[in-house]
Amino acid sequence: MRHKIEIDGVEVNFSEGETILEVAQRHEKEIPTLCYDPRLEPFGGCRLCIVELEGARNPVASCTTKATLGMVVRTATDTIEAYRKTLLEMVVSENREVDVSPLRGYAAGELADLRDKYAINSTRMTGATSGTNKTDENPFILRDYELCISCYRCVRVCAEQEGDHAINVMNRGFHTQITTEFDGLLKDSACTFCGQCIQTCPTGALADKKALRAADEVADAIPDKTRTICPYCGVGCSVDILTKNEKIVGIHPAMDGPANQGALCVKGQFAYDFVQHSDRLKTPLIRGEDGELHEATWEDALDKAAEGFRQANAEHGRHSIYGIASGRAPSEAAYLMQKFIRVGFGSNYIDNCSRA
Amino acid sequence: MSNPLVDMQKPEVIFCIGTNMTECHPVAATGLKKAIARGAKLIVADPRRIGLADLSHLYLPLRVGSDTALLLGMAHVIAREGLINEDFIENRTTGFDEFFEHISQWTPEWAETITGVPAKDIETAAMWYGGANKGAIYYTLGITEHICGVENVQSLCNLALMTGNVGREGTGINPMRGQNNIQGAGDSGALPNNYPGFQAVTDPEYQAKFKAEYGRAADLEKGITKVTALELCGDSIHAMLIDGENTLLSDPDREHCEHALRSLAHLVVIDIFLTETAELADIVLPATAWGETDGVCTNTERRVQRMRAAVPPPGEAKPDWWIICQIAQRLGFKGFDFNAPKPIFNELCRVSPIYAGLDWERIDKSEYQWPVPHKEHPGTPRLHEESFVNGRGIFSNVHYRDPAETISEDFPVWLTTGRRLQSYHTRTQTGRAQGIDYLLPEESLEVNPADLERWELADGEWCKMSSARGSINIKVKATNRSPRGTVFASFSFADVPVNLLTGSGYDPITHTAELKVCPVRLEPL
Ligand code: SF4
Ligand code: SF4
Ligand code: FES
Repeated sequence: MRHKIEIDGVEVNFSEGETILEVAQRHEKEIPTLCYDPRLEPFGGCRLCIVELEGARNPVASCTTKATLGMVVRTATDTIEAYRKTLLEMVVSENREVDVSPLRGYAAGELADLRDKYAINSTRMTGATSGTNKTDENPFILRDYELCISCYRCVRVCAEQEGDHAINVMNRGFHTQITTEFDGLLKDSACTFCGQCIQTCPTGALADKKALRAADEVADAIPDKTRTICPYCGVGCSVDILTKNEKIVGIHPAMDGPANQGALCVKGQFAYDFVQHSDRLKTPLIRGEDGELHEATWEDALDKAAEGFRQANAEHGRHSIYGIASGRAPSEAAYLMQKFIRVGFGSNYIDNCSRA
Repeated sequence: MSNPLVDMQKPEVIFCIGTNMTECHPVAATGLKKAIARGAKLIVADPRRIGLADLSHLYLPLRVGSDTALLLGMAHVIAREGLINEDFIENRTTGFDEFFEHISQWTPEWAETITGVPAKDIETAAMWYGGANKGAIYYTLGITEHICGVENVQSLCNLALMTGNVGREGTGINPMRGQNNIQGAGDSGALPNNYPGFQAVTDPEYQAKFKAEYGRAADLEKGITKVTALELCGDSIHAMLIDGENTLLSDPDREHCEHALRSLAHLVVIDIFLTETAELADIVLPATAWGETDGVCTNTERRVQRMRAAVPPPGEAKPDWWIICQIAQRLGFKGFDFNAPKPIFNELCRVSPIYAGLDWERIDKSEYQWPVPHKEHPGTPRLHEESFVNGRGIFSNVHYRDPAETISEDFPVWLTTGRRLQSYHTRTQTGRAQGIDYLLPEESLEVNPADLERWELADGEWCKMSSARGSINIKVKATNRSPRGTVFASFSFADVPVNLLTGSGYDPITHTAELKVCPVRLEPL
């Protein structure tokens, strides 16, 4: 009987320290949230996740309330659902738009999803918009605060996850505004352009400017995602490449990436467009009689490449040939490079680029 | 790394030396920041007042290239204060008695004369690290890119061994790797001293194994390193196959390097761009890039992970593995008839005991950290838990050595080099990513403001920087990140080829270049 609570009439297990929300999510209960990001400390700002607790006078926020032995929880009573709906209506009415491009960020569609779930008519109230946009010419982060709902997820991810404390909250109540230290540009703040704030924002108020360049192409369709590993440093962050029509349009951090748990840095987040750059080599090149490199067919280039090694081997012996493997290409390339040298020339004349 | 990345949140005391982690491994640094928020103490030893130093509780601004002296001084204090872990030393190590005697002479006062770090700070660092139940060491190229790189690493091992900070959560000796598959390249046997899986080429057992596997015996002795090979270009090395490395910009002493590559009879370069190195090639073969290639990489915590293609390559670009197979087949080599990366990786797993429990399907979810010796094995997040691979941990009686070149009347300033957050290596990639220029448009030389006047330089103006090997022009930037007498630049920009100047020496054992220390002279332009 230890470590059990009841959720909507079903008895479930919990472990020490788990919140009601976490237990409920583990048992596939859908409790709506807005200010919640599982990687951050519980905050309890939006009140959307409230549940009824038997014996408690008022409903409690499930994201901040720890499960305790014998709790009886009801997650979706009529009263609770009605309260949630009103709350969402207010939030929605304060925003310039709710149907934002999926390119804005990983969580940008959260508010729209909830609006649909609770069948809220976006145009019911047309209140003033909450925040004021900030013109910031930086190439990565759009600061579209007219969509801000003051969930503080961006401020918290920046402080808790990044430890950067680049952004903060200014004013209170309706005039609340997310800003940098001196209300200036991100570039002049402690911001490292890691992009974490745009990926946690549930409305797209902070958005991926670079990805949005492809907004026309993607329209409201969802781009395809391919899970891979960041091409830069050795931390090996998991990312999803967003593509549309064979074009890379953006990067999302993988929230379940074992090395990064959703974190990324400016390179992993934004420096992906070298891949489809016009400078890419598209055909083999062979140095001609004139001393210049000329485009060639694979057949000719590979024949020539092989011929040169055969010749060096014949003229100077097998120790005249050396191989350098890449620290960026996949392991299959490095494996074959060493095999090429060891099988082909019987030497250990192989290295990789780690010495520099 | 001996310990997994998640362990970064666990230590009581973290000792970072020669690592600019917030810039070079920012995501790893987030773990460290969480540890600090939880109350962990951070000690940072670095010649420059880097971002990490601002987070630290104790900052040790040591002179470039004096790490061994600092670490000897710390070992001295740990021993003197009785902060050693006797059980660990007794059960898991060998050579402590000689080591104990060896370090008795290297007092923190002596270390102060070499490093410039006050003896009392060296003592505090030693007391913190030695007194912690969980102390972890993190380092990067600031430790290894020296002529004494091996001694530096051995000195760090000494500290961990004498305090028993190995094989447990929140401890360990943790080098951070700089490229996304540099670990995997070594794992795969692209090393002159090891077959795949770090099986020594000098060991008769592995010699026999690979002879049977490959149908041909390789030399019984180690091959030469890349550094030596470059030195022998045109002499005894006449042909080279280089896969995706911009050797010319990333290696020290660029002029020497360019000369070396030019003197080859046959240079084949596989790359995604026409890099400065590819421009010297006889044949350039276009490879598929990240995002276009299926394959495997291994991260700094030995986690084996799948990379996946998302878009088709441009033009006729082909995967590296295909290109190598094609050349090999034309030369009649056996064992290169692959038509996909999967069987290649599976062959690597079959011949490498550390990958023996893995295959292409099993790594799909990035769950495994090697060694994974068999299919039932869960992987090894933490190394050395019960024992060391070679039995006991060995103490090394290291001595401090001066850098290959020290400052002189002609070259009175220490130059040290590294990377910056926004750019990566030689910028073949970040240089072509839109927006990065907004953050880092050009390279500049970081100089302490107080040094400007004595060298007649002005903030934002150009200067000429010369070493024994050559000179370059570079813009001056005044910043307190640089201590007096030491300047910093990164080697990322082709138009400011800092590696024209470096290259004064190499570690005699690993042949890692001393990129971190180079005496220079500065003059106004
Ligand atoms: S990009 Fe990163 S550092 Fe900058 S404000 Fe957003 S979370 Fe903070
Ligand atoms: S996102 Fe940044 S920290 Fe992560 S692997 Fe890429 S470069 Fe490294
Ligand atoms: S999600 Fe619980 S209060 Fe916002």
